[in-house]
Amino acid sequence: MTDLASRLAALGPLAPRSNIDLARLGVVAALILLIVFGALRYDNFLSSYNALSFLRYNSMFALIALGMALVIMTGGIDLSVGGTAALASVVAALFSPYHWAAGLLGGLAAGLAVGVLNGAVITRLRIQPFIGTLAAMLAAYGTALLLAGNQSVSVSYDSGFTEIGQGDFLGFPVPAWIALAAYVAGWVALERHPVGRRVLAIGDGEVTAALMGLKVERTLMGVYAASGLLAGLAGVILASQFGAGQPTEGVGWELFAIASVVVGGTLLTGGVGSIGATLAGALLLAMVFNILNFENGLGWISLSAYWQSVIRGLFLLAVIILQAKIAESRPR
Amino acid sequence: MLLSMRGIDKSFSGVGVLSAASLEVAQGEAMALVGQNGAGKSTMIKILTGAYSRDAGEIDFRGEPVDFRSTAESQAAGIATIYQEINLAPNRSVAENISLGREPRKFGLLDRATMRADARAVLRRFNLELDVERPLGEFGAATRQLVAIARGVSQNARLVIMDEPTSSLDEREVAVLFDTIRTLKRDGVATIFISHRLGELYAICDRVTIMRDGRTVAVSAMQDISRIELVRAMLGRELTAFTARAHGEARVHEPLVEAKNLAAGLRVRNVSLTIGKGEIAGLAGLLGSGRTETARLIYAADRCDAGSVSVEGRAVAYAEPADAIRDGMGFVSEDRKVEGIVPEMSVRENMTLAILPRLQRSGVVDKQQQGQIVDRYVRALGIKCASAEQPIRELSGGNQQKVLLARWLCMNPRLLIVDEPTRGIDVGAKAEILKLLRSLADDGLGVLMISSELEELIAAADNVTVLSDGCSVALLRAGEITEERLMTAMAHQQEAAA
Repeated sequence: MTDLASRLAALGPLAPRSNIDLARLGVVAALILLIVFGALRYDNFLSSYNALSFLRYNSMFALIALGMALVIMTGGIDLSVGGTAALASVVAALFSPYHWAAGLLGGLAAGLAVGVLNGAVITRLRIQPFIGTLAAMLAAYGTALLLAGNQSVSVSYDSGFTEIGQGDFLGFPVPAWIALAAYVAGWVALERHPVGRRVLAIGDGEVTAALMGLKVERTLMGVYAASGLLAGLAGVILASQFGAGQPTEGVGWELFAIASVVVGGTLLTGGVGSIGATLAGALLLAMVFNILNFENGLGWISLSAYWQSVIRGLFLLAVIILQAKIAESRPR
Repeated sequence: MLLSMRGIDKSFSGVGVLSAASLEVAQGEAMALVGQNGAGKSTMIKILTGAYSRDAGEIDFRGEPVDFRSTAESQAAGIATIYQEINLAPNRSVAENISLGREPRKFGLLDRATMRADARAVLRRFNLELDVERPLGEFGAATRQLVAIARGVSQNARLVIMDEPTSSLDEREVAVLFDTIRTLKRDGVATIFISHRLGELYAICDRVTIMRDGRTVAVSAMQDISRIELVRAMLGRELTAFTARAHGEARVHEPLVEAKNLAAGLRVRNVSLTIGKGEIAGLAGLLGSGRTETARLIYAADRCDAGSVSVEGRAVAYAEPADAIRDGMGFVSEDRKVEGIVPEMSVRENMTLAILPRLQRSGVVDKQQQGQIVDRYVRALGIKCASAEQPIRELSGGNQQKVLLARWLCMNPRLLIVDEPTRGIDVGAKAEILKLLRSLADDGLGVLMISSELEELIAAADNVTVLSDGCSVALLRAGEITEERLMTAMAHQQEAAA
């Protein structure tokens, strides 16, 4: 490992400083390998149609993974993101006839509300994040179903609301721009703003952070609020992209987000994490899905959705084991 | 006076913890704060730093009455606290740890260059050159503590509180810490130094405040109080623990366990030692010399790369600790909290955890038999608890340790390995634990005692094997065990190896 690390050091500022950085670089490498593999094996894999719809669809998951990454860096977890997105999609659909911005703000507000509630329950009532956000997930789904009357709610096609999910800007899907902006903001917050240091310090140990005089409760509040807001944003995109608020969507999204974060080298125990690698992790998992679709399209084998899940699961396991091996072999 | 706390009262749910306690610290002085566990030292400190509120009393800091409501407030006022075990954020870099909470900014964003430069500057004041971008967790305990002190100083602390700062440091690291305290003194920064190691107080402190049962019972200049007076003030009774045990003629003990040329990884390179029946064999060495690692090899918690272990002349090769236990070994770990006690369980449950299979009758625990065993050991070891049903976390450190000893004793072991048996235990209970080990040995039990406290080895051990850098470098027999010789053995080889 040391050899490899020192050879990589020749890359200068790009060189990984630690094994965890190396593991993160591995995610990016795996992503590139998959893309090369897909490009060589399938026609149309690199077509702009496939690339753009890939980005359009997966932006939602990338946004949720970003919020999840911040939460996990503090040593917490947010299981409510799928339910929050479903609720936000319904609220956005209900508000969309008035103005596209009303739909957007309505969805964001719904997401923020769940996030703030999570933060309050965790910091004020001292409930474990796992339990607190699990309750919020159930409540969010219930509220979404209530508001939607147990069916999907069609959005308005007249107010321009559907542009948020379906439109393009400078040749790229609007959701991809939104996700990009969110990731840039997330990166600045984590790496270039003092609050990022505090988020990671809390993940290193809440008690210690408090003893160091950090404002733990306020920071945690902000992190859960951010996660809710980003899930709300994903919900808005969901409603806009598919033309309807979907109270039953979002099931399992939290697990996808957690998987992306973990693949991105963020420790579930908190204290260590990277925004860029989280994005790479989310794209990597989505890419596996994309490739499986193409494989089915070749017609040689026909993988049912169940088999696809199994294969994705195995792939995830392989990546995580590989990372653990890399991170374990500490240089001496 | 820099700090003056007067007439401090505090009670928790009706139980008085402090009554009219006082503490005064002058600018630039190192004040020792001593007392048994439960004397009220920690409560006093927590009231000072704003972690607890006080019921009555006044606090003046830098000439002004203060009433801190959080540690953040007391930090802002110039009080830094260095805790015994909690050590900043291990995954963050040294520079980040020093600046956390008041990071330098440029255009609202983190100014990393200034952050690093500030960190280097403050570390240089303590003659410390570190790669400030490396995660703190990659450094040793001593360095982490110095970084914590540097953090306090960089926040313009006028008073640094150190709660048992030396408990995880070896002698060289302690020397570095003391240099740091001297630097602080020179700069006019006061220190409150809490330690159970009396020798250190005399080495570094100017004055001492002694607490007992929630009161301040004595304040004295360090040179005006003898060790025995100090201990007497703490305990309120005569104490003979630290007068060395009168060693009789070196008895010849029949060997029980012999380890020859053990080696494993980098920490244990070549260790040989013998533990006799009815003998307390001491294992000494600086931190990192491979003491605990050696014990773990004997106990089969780790695998040997080389070497052999024999019990009563018969070579053994245990695959896992369960085999060693079946063969009559016991191991009381150095970290009671992590590896030993189950805090929420009762004294009874904790004590009998290891023998539950033996207490079964038709698949159910035989409560009557269990109760008898527990009663016997509670009495025999003098465990102070309200009842055997009391959760163990409510017991003092010394009594928790006794419960752990009892856990092994009720399995009738031949060899008991005790790793730092008196760590974090007050002076009175220390003496009791040592006396207990002695009487167990007199009954034929072999004891391997790992200890960082030389006084303890001198007082209790029949012979001491000294490790240095993973090798056994000396065997001191009864009559030869002195502080001088122990330290020489530990230090000499270290230099040669370096």
